[in-house]
Amino acid sequence: MTEPVLSVRGVVKRYGDHVVLDGVSLDVHEHEVVTVIGSSGSGKSTLLRCVNLLEELDDGQVLLDGLDVSDPRVDADVARRGMGIVFQAFNLFPHMSVLDNVTLAPRVVHGVPRDEAERNALDLLERVGLGDRARSYPERLSGGQQQRVAIARALAYSPRLLLLDEITSALDPELVGEVLALVRELAVSGRTILMATHEMGFARQVADRVVFLDGGRLVESGPPEQVLGEPVHPRTRQFLRRIIEAGRL
Amino acid sequence: MTSELQRERLAYKRSRSRRSTLVALLSTAVFAVAVGVTVARAPGWPRVRQSFFNVEIAWRSLPSILEGLWLNLRVLAVCGVLILVLALVVAAMRTLRGPVWFPLRALATVYVDLFRGLPLIILLYLVGFGLPALRLTGVPNDFVVLGGAALVLAYTAYVAEVFRAGIESVHPSQVAAARSLGLGPGKTLRLVVLPQAVRRVMPALLNDFVALQKDCGLISVLGAVDAVRAAQIEQARAFNFTPYVVAGLLFVLLAAPTARFADALGRRLERRQGGR
Repeated sequence: MTEPVLSVRGVVKRYGDHVVLDGVSLDVHEHEVVTVIGSSGSGKSTLLRCVNLLEELDDGQVLLDGLDVSDPRVDADVARRGMGIVFQAFNLFPHMSVLDNVTLAPRVVHGVPRDEAERNALDLLERVGLGDRARSYPERLSGGQQQRVAIARALAYSPRLLLLDEITSALDPELVGEVLALVRELAVSGRTILMATHEMGFARQVADRVVFLDGGRLVESGPPEQVLGEPVHPRTRQFLRRIIEAGRL
Repeated sequence: MTSELQRERLAYKRSRSRRSTLVALLSTAVFAVAVGVTVARAPGWPRVRQSFFNVEIAWRSLPSILEGLWLNLRVLAVCGVLILVLALVVAAMRTLRGPVWFPLRALATVYVDLFRGLPLIILLYLVGFGLPALRLTGVPNDFVVLGGAALVLAYTAYVAEVFRAGIESVHPSQVAAARSLGLGPGKTLRLVVLPQAVRRVMPALLNDFVALQKDCGLISVLGAVDAVRAAQIEQARAFNFTPYVVAGLLFVLLAAPTARFADALGRRLERRQGGR
């Protein structure tokens, strides 16, 4: 098998005495869609933030295309150019138009000339169904539209790896569908995606692999039909039972 | 097509609003007449008018006061720009993270504490009279320059704190988003944090700007012939306080556009970003 795009090895993250990630290891290969499930506080978001180097690791490694980007001697700003992350709360820049949000990284970080960056951004916004909102400001858009802009912003510099951090959790139920439909398209087009989510139905349909995180440990990992259908570990079973009782699967 | 019910309601609302306008006009007129009559009939009024609101003296003193005000405006323009730039630098220094920057961070903190606490008048004396007394080469001995320098030292400390409050009010998730896109700390500050911070503190900045407009008149204590000093000279010549009133009113007129500008700016931002 070829080298994975992302390799997380024994990552530990503590906040004071609280251990959020307790030695998590995980590979994501090219064109693979891996979803991370687990209850609130299980460390899903922290794992993605560690991968994006927004949090400093307390132990372990994060390898991107074989390069240890968690090494303090590696420039994190350069390493992040290979990744795009979409946050739960969108985190769009409110003082910039939609178009400027999407073109910021290509222009400022990657040195793409403005007109070329804008052409690409308009293509991208067209693809996420927001070609006509390029000149709007984020706060004029619905949550679902804002999240689609955030996805376009993360894709604008063609990162090798896309990190999606519970991107539908802050959305009204009727807006979740439009965002998930976009992620499905990205998955089909062969993007490499690591996604933390509460949407079990979506994970089952789109993911190549599902990993279950519990108390900062990776408890179970495998194809969705196995992890979500016939989980081996009792903690996974308990978690899924609660999800089913809540009517989410 | 509006219904009969809605038309009737609108007519009622219009009649109510006409009535309230009328009441407001009437009560204002009654109040103004009452105040006017009271003041004019007060025993000291002729003397007050003679020494504070003497039209002839006001007219005579106006040219020299205006000339002085022109100096205040030039000081204001130069100091305003210097303060904005230096305050941004100080604020940025105070928000630096990491052990390497400790000396800069400490320097900025000490500077702000010192110059925010020091009475402006003492600072003016120290810079305006104290510095030239050292007879160092290179120290200017122009009171306008020295007075301006004292104002810049004091106001930079205030405005730096305003900027810092703005910078710290920008949510950390904005920084995370910028860093995740590959922007370094400098570009994150310049392109993402500062634009939002400056917008948020604009009202406070304009407030400090109005304060600076007035305090530019303090360079007169060093002997610079600005509007305040010119008024003082005219006052001494006529032994009448009207020139002070004239100079004071001119400063008030100067402040009014700044306030309106602040309002207009706030409305424009609200329209563009859709408000919160």
